[in-house]
Amino acid sequence: MKSNRATQEPRWVRYALLTIGLGFLFFFLGLPLVAVFVEALAQGVPLYIEALKEPETRSAIWLTVAIALAVLPFNIAFGVAAAWAIAKFEFKGKSLLITLIDLPFAVSPVVAGLVFILLFGAQGSFGPWLSEHDIKIIFAVPGMILATLFITFPFIARELIPLMQSQGKDEEEAAVSLGASGWQMFWRVTLPNIKWGLLYGVILSNARAMGEFGAVSVVSGHIRGETNTLPLHVEILYNEYNAIGAFAAASILALLALVTLVAKTIVEWRMKKETEMLNTVLAPEKT
Amino acid sequence: MLPGFGLALGYTLVYLSLLILLPLGGLILKASELGFSQIIDIALGERSLAAFRVTFGASFLAAAVNAFFGLIVAWILVRYPFPGKRFVDALVDLPFALPTAVAGITLATLYAGNGWLGRFIEPLGIKVAYTPLGIVVALTFITLPFVVRTLQPVIEDIETEVEEAAASLGASRWQTFARVIFPAIFPALLTGFALAFARAIGEYGSVIFIAGNLPLISEIVPLLIISKLEQYDVLGATALAVVMLALSFILLLAVNLLQWWTANRHKNDEPLEVAAGKASGATT
Repeated sequence: MKSNRATQEPRWVRYALLTIGLGFLFFFLGLPLVAVFVEALAQGVPLYIEALKEPETRSAIWLTVAIALAVLPFNIAFGVAAAWAIAKFEFKGKSLLITLIDLPFAVSPVVAGLVFILLFGAQGSFGPWLSEHDIKIIFAVPGMILATLFITFPFIARELIPLMQSQGKDEEEAAVSLGASGWQMFWRVTLPNIKWGLLYGVILSNARAMGEFGAVSVVSGHIRGETNTLPLHVEILYNEYNAIGAFAAASILALLALVTLVAKTIVEWRMKKETEMLNTVLAPEKT
Repeated sequence: MLPGFGLALGYTLVYLSLLILLPLGGLILKASELGFSQIIDIALGERSLAAFRVTFGASFLAAAVNAFFGLIVAWILVRYPFPGKRFVDALVDLPFALPTAVAGITLATLYAGNGWLGRFIEPLGIKVAYTPLGIVVALTFITLPFVVRTLQPVIEDIETEVEEAAASLGASRWQTFARVIFPAIFPALLTGFALAFARAIGEYGSVIFIAGNLPLISEIVPLLIISKLEQYDVLGATALAVVMLALSFILLLAVNLLQWWTANRHKNDEPLEVAAGKASGATT
């Protein structure tokens, strides 16, 4: 097979690369994932379930879900609005705006928490005013929501901007010229077109919101049963040498990660299928 | 003209300003109370300097490990068929989906002296858990997807004609890789490296469980910021945060430049024959 000599690696190279690559993934991804569940179940199923029934673990689960639900509408509204403006219109400073939207990706979660302490903490800019009016933001749930909003800020916009750019604006313009109002156009044309991309962004930002540790840790104050999310609770239990409790709580988060990966893969598959369908429908017209 | 431009852009700008720009501006304003030379003094203090060295050194090593193995992983995911490939492909994103605290306690348990991996490694004289090496391991896990995910589409886009041309001109497979394929994917590799590095220097959750957190030895900058905050040294924390922020900006800028380079590269690409000829060593 002379023709293969330079377009394909020799067989031994291929096996070596497969071994190195898959071995690396096994030690760095597979083993940790398995270890979470093995450690959680190390003392048997009854103790595992017992650990999950702890009232503090349960309240941590609820707070995690509540914060994730609270940030969701904000992230959707911002993501759709930013993508609409950036993808469908031309204006000055657009690339600067895109860079600014990416900014939270570059900021350390700890710094993201710190900035809210500087604003709303006891000695912060708005601190005295807040304590006068008896409003608690830092070491309370509102601060944790703010920190989570900061961290998850870019996710949905990042997914929607390239998607809406690639879709162009023909369909929306057709809807408007046929007399649709702005909101009719949005609900009947735009939203159905972007629903998978939006869902994809929601899945990613939700995983980050539920798993965020650094930023939330800085502003939470670690008050048990009150400002403890599941990731923070994992830390507390682990530092108390309660391995079963820590890994039981961690296993819930690992399950969440697995659900996220499955949902993400399904949505990716749907998006791919839809673009393929679109291409086969449009192809004869274009050529 | 489509409707909603004013509303969408207005909402975007107001929300961006209130949630991101105002808080970051507040940080810079607070740091300006200190002045430039004092910020530098704090950042160059013995403990901070050591923390910066640990943070950047470990992040660099982790990004380098991922650049090497990420290239191999991306290559086998695109080019080689093997059973369970779709599962493996989906699993690569695990570090993005798994909360960092979970990664931290799991890696610490795996690499501890009595852990699954630690019990084999420690007799060899290599201690991972509670040492700077542990930080590298945690950061490697956290940033694993970046290089793979930036390389995959670029490797998919390589036209096999170029490789065939190189082969027909007598290049060996290694020459084709070194002189045709690698130059084509190098910008993406560098982008993935920079993204991984940028993410790693800010990472906190996964590191603190495995690092041991000894000042001067295995203490990272984000942890130092938190311990300053807990000692009510808000200005000290702010100074370190502002230095971190400035460095992140520079990295973000570098990544943007790299991506621009990647995007514009193939526009003025060498003609096929030149690239192929280079591979066979014909032209220089």
